[in-house]
Amino acid sequence: MAKQIFARHTVSVIFTLAVIWGANSWNWDPLLIAFGVLSVLLVAWICHRMDVIDHESQPFHLTLRLPAYYAWLIKQIVLSNIDVVKRVWRSDSSSSAVLARLPVEQSTDVGRVIYANSVNLTPGTLVVELSNTQMLVHALTQESITELQQGEMSRKVTELEG
Amino acid sequence: MDLFISILSGVCMALGGILLISGAVGVLRFSDFYNRLHAAGVTDTLAASLILFGLMLLSEHSGILLKLILILLFVLLTSPTASHALAKAAWKAGLKPDTSNDKPGQ
Repeated sequence: MAKQIFARHTVSVIFTLAVIWGANSWNWDPLLIAFGVLSVLLVAWICHRMDVIDHESQPFHLTLRLPAYYAWLIKQIVLSNIDVVKRVWRSDSSSSAVLARLPVEQSTDVGRVIYANSVNLTPGTLVVELSNTQMLVHALTQESITELQQGEMSRKVTELEG
Repeated sequence: MDLFISILSGVCMALGGILLISGAVGVLRFSDFYNRLHAAGVTDTLAASLILFGLMLLSEHSGILLKLILILLFVLLTSPTASHALAKAAWKAGLKPDTSNDKPGQ
């Protein structure tokens, strides 16, 4: 069973590397394809030696649920960008920044990283410290903190985690 | 159709450019280090995405399109990590954010 899972992750590493090579080379000479195959196999072997081929480097259990999450996240990114840009051009530049500790409810490392990365991707909120159970967030306004406290983003990431 | 795509791509890139300038102005205008990181976030996320999207619309070659998509993915994965690293380094070095409500900017 463990071996099967391992094989699946290896295939996925090789596939990802091959796609990246193909996209960046876009040249289908036999010689260059041979170089590509060699490089992909070499890197896959190095990854195997480093013992980093696992569900964390290849989180394909998330793949199917990611597009819906991305669509929602893009909307949030656009909204918060507009808000920050408004603040940039407003005439009084006084700071109303807030620092708050928020709970982190995701159970896996991948989930916590996705949550923290999403918080950072939306301008106006920034994760300063992250631990297994909570994170320290710096925000431009109290409203962004209140929005995070309502927990829509956290809930969506937990759903994504499955 | 071609005209429509060129116009759409031009609009995306112009918007991206405006956002880049806004981000830069924000970095200069905001009061403390952490606030400035938020302004830099505008350049990292929407501005970069809009410019790359505008370029994607113009790419007539699928190899170029794939490269642009890869660039966008890497930017979106690395820029939040980089700003977190900056914020964490500042926090560990003891820099306290200016969180009072009525302090004017410097």
